[in-house]
Amino acid sequence: MEQNLILLYTLFAPLVGAMLLLFLPKEKEGLIRAFGIGVSLITFFLSLAAWSMFDASKAEFQLQQQFLWLSRYNISFHIGADGLSMIMVLLTTFLTTLTLWTSWSGIAKKVKEFTFFMLILEVGMLGVFVSVDLFLFYVFWEAMLIPMYFIIGIWGGEQRIYASIKFFIYTMAGSLLMLVAIIWLFMYAYNDVHMYTSNINDLYKIGPKIPFEIQKWLFLAFTISFAIKVPLFPFHTWLPDAHVQAPTAGSVILAGVLLKMGTYGLLRFSIPLFPQSAHYFAPAISTLAVIGIIYGALVAMVQTDMKKLVAYSSVAHLGFVVLGIFALTPESVQGAIIQMVNHGLSTGALFILVGAIYERTHTREIDAYGGIAPIVPVYSTLLLIVSLSSIGLPGLNGFIGEFLILIGAFKSPVLNNWMFSIVAASGVIFAAVYLLWMYQRVVFGPVKNEGLRALKDVTAREFTIVALLLVFIVWIGVYPATFMKITEASTAKLIKETLTTLSIRY
Amino acid sequence: MNSLNFFNNLGYAWPETIITLFLAILVIYNLVYPQARRALGIISLLGIALALGFTIQQMWTQFPTDPSWLSGFTRMLIPDKIGIFFKVIILIATAYVVLFTEFSEELRGTFDRAGEYYALIFGMLLGMMFMISANNFILLYVSLELVSYSSYVLAGFMKTSERSSEASMKYIIYGGVASGIMLFGISLMFGMTGTFYYFDISRLLMMININSVLFLISGIMIFTGIGYKISSVPFHFWTPDVYEGAPTTITAYLSVASKAAGFAALIHLVRNCFVGAVATDGYWVMLSHFYWKELLVYLAILTMTVGNLTALWQDNLKRMLAYSSIAHAGYLLAAMSVLSNQGLIAMVVYFSVYLLMNLGAFFIVILIQNKTGSENIDDYNGLGTRMPFLGACLGIFLVSLTGLPPTAGFIGKLYLFLALVDAKMIILAIIALLNSVISLYYYIRVLRHMYLTKGNNESPITPSFGSVLIALSLAVPVLLFGIYFTPLIEWAKTVVLR
Repeated sequence: MEQNLILLYTLFAPLVGAMLLLFLPKEKEGLIRAFGIGVSLITFFLSLAAWSMFDASKAEFQLQQQFLWLSRYNISFHIGADGLSMIMVLLTTFLTTLTLWTSWSGIAKKVKEFTFFMLILEVGMLGVFVSVDLFLFYVFWEAMLIPMYFIIGIWGGEQRIYASIKFFIYTMAGSLLMLVAIIWLFMYAYNDVHMYTSNINDLYKIGPKIPFEIQKWLFLAFTISFAIKVPLFPFHTWLPDAHVQAPTAGSVILAGVLLKMGTYGLLRFSIPLFPQSAHYFAPAISTLAVIGIIYGALVAMVQTDMKKLVAYSSVAHLGFVVLGIFALTPESVQGAIIQMVNHGLSTGALFILVGAIYERTHTREIDAYGGIAPIVPVYSTLLLIVSLSSIGLPGLNGFIGEFLILIGAFKSPVLNNWMFSIVAASGVIFAAVYLLWMYQRVVFGPVKNEGLRALKDVTAREFTIVALLLVFIVWIGVYPATFMKITEASTAKLIKETLTTLSIRY
Repeated sequence: MNSLNFFNNLGYAWPETIITLFLAILVIYNLVYPQARRALGIISLLGIALALGFTIQQMWTQFPTDPSWLSGFTRMLIPDKIGIFFKVIILIATAYVVLFTEFSEELRGTFDRAGEYYALIFGMLLGMMFMISANNFILLYVSLELVSYSSYVLAGFMKTSERSSEASMKYIIYGGVASGIMLFGISLMFGMTGTFYYFDISRLLMMININSVLFLISGIMIFTGIGYKISSVPFHFWTPDVYEGAPTTITAYLSVASKAAGFAALIHLVRNCFVGAVATDGYWVMLSHFYWKELLVYLAILTMTVGNLTALWQDNLKRMLAYSSIAHAGYLLAAMSVLSNQGLIAMVVYFSVYLLMNLGAFFIVILIQNKTGSENIDDYNGLGTRMPFLGACLGIFLVSLTGLPPTAGFIGKLYLFLALVDAKMIILAIIALLNSVISLYYYIRVLRHMYLTKGNNESPITPSFGSVLIALSLAVPVLLFGIYFTPLIEWAKTVVLR
């Protein structure tokens, strides 16, 4: 196995940065902010370097690095990246940089602590995506909870304490369930091959051999834990609270990266480790996903709070992703992955824009706005493009993902029922309804509130951040191949191996 | 027994001898120099260091583990490796408690009686050391009483405080009943077997199958005495009141050291009396019809669930930590109930970690109590910003007590779950896990008050240099063992696998 240090550098750059940050004086907030952005930028460049060394034509883990961690149980600190990991790493480093930049004005108190927690959070997120060892994955998965708890709890809105505790307990309950399943799988692997192993590649060979009666439970333990994170209906109730109460930066990271860890887990663990169970439960989970799409959209429609509306739209969007994953066709899974990225970009941008106007008026009530188009033309234009991308307008990113998922689900041999696609497609229409309706009420019509006349348009910083996101929104919409290529080989391998195990011809 | 034999046997009890010696030195020194309080602390630390050295040296001494007539004090005392491990834990805990005493404001009023305080701690330490290596019911009982009596007085050491006296009183009543029941159980056991020695009982059980209700009852009665020391449900009722009322240094001591001694006694009792052989896969082949597995499993479930559920409602931090320590006793009992070497390794790992994080949590509570004069959770509001360093340390300890990575607490839990799943005790593993989720709520509640709620007072508190050092010496290993835990595991293996 060839060893490569680049992922290790990427993973630990934010950690080193966070440690150095502790030595900076608390009062120099500007310096601390700049330092945080600098560290995240370096991490981003390191991840780009990793991408340049990454060979997208290969499906297996690359850029690996392994140290023995616990010799008795053969647990090692083993990191590496395949296509799926690579694209998530890039998304993480990109969004973290933008988030830290966004929080320049949004976070007014305890800047040092905030930057520290953001950097630690980045280590956790990157670690989840590059772990090749099951236990290492778990360590990073849990290590992320605490910084997020504090980010919501310290810098959040009025109900922040309730929201942060709810977030913590939901996630922790799910992940402990997963821990027992991990240990069980680990012990089963030992009894099967008489060697301790927690390497995912080895476990991929052992998982499908577990008797179905047991595999079913392991699959459920893993999947429920991921479903809570995604969040899949009916495990979604923590999300609106967490999103609404979190500061803008927290919402962006939550929507952009943290939710993706759930869907990443489904693709990385639930399906390849337990293909028979995944097949067995696919219709049920897809049904929940479709319910989520419709339910999320309907609830989003009646929200009066902009941020809550965007939060519920996340439930709908992630429903698409889960549907795509469990349809298990190359198109749908590729679509799901690109939709994961899309959601990070579009919803991230929506949260940034909602946050920007909230900073000016201190209200997110849709009714408080109206007729701001002539007052803040640039803002209105940006909001329009981002909304359209979230709806899935052809030419922008959202279309590509949803289209691929719908085709894939339509002809999926695993789901074997075109109703899923038909019902899910109606979700796209609902998305148009709630987002455009919100847009209309906020931007057009008469000016409702005289105070709005003094509204300032976007600052150069806000404009640059959203523009950077828009570059990728358009790029994926027009030429998605750049990004789809990264994951093509690993997706093909996943589908092929899973369907071969299930003896389904495709 | 002739005198020569006695001195030959002293090799079995060097650490205990040292402690007895220093106990005498402490009492005499205090008589001669009644005002020199700080010197007493230094003498105590010196004694502990010496005893620790001798204890560690015993690691390399080969003691016969079979029932040979020539072993220590005619086989009453067997310093095996698992016992040595628990002795090290207790000695380290004692050293920390002596250090904590220097920082305790609430004990300030008792400084004129400092001699008694240190002498009593040494008395308790001596009792615990004997309790650990006891292989004879009489020695077990006597040493347990020595521990109890010293701790009754220590719990009520702040004579002027009503809470402290109440704690002491309750402790005596519960302790008296529990040890009475234990003694009755021992007498029944003697009546049936004709011996007080663990190995003789074991040999007897190997030959004949005692299958009587009486045997079962006497075993449960003996367990009562130990169960009260480790505060297992349903013998836990004294714990919250005593933990709350006793001086916080003593609470910390009781929660770690006295629990360690209780668990060591339990391990020896089970392993030396009731285990026929150790199978190649590490599982113990149990003798006779005593239902250790069932007893321990049910007690573990009860203990952790009651501990955690009750901790949820506590507003007093000491009381909350008392219930949390009951819950941790439950996890340890769960590891014990596996009845295998893996389970024992899990216990050793868990206890090493528990020592660090529990002492650490209590130390920060002491420091906060010094400044605010209260252990009430509402008085913790905003403390995170007032004392960033100590707040972060308490955060680390509480996260570790919850069992989240990357702290050492996670390794403890991981090994516990590994042992349970390996023994196919999935239901117990799931119950333990649900308990961890419950515990998250009350541990995180403290962090919530410290960081998320605004306090009335904003003035920063700067900790003294010494307290920073002590807090670091506990917090750094908690983080370090969370990331690099191989040495800990290796040590646990050498300890358990003889």
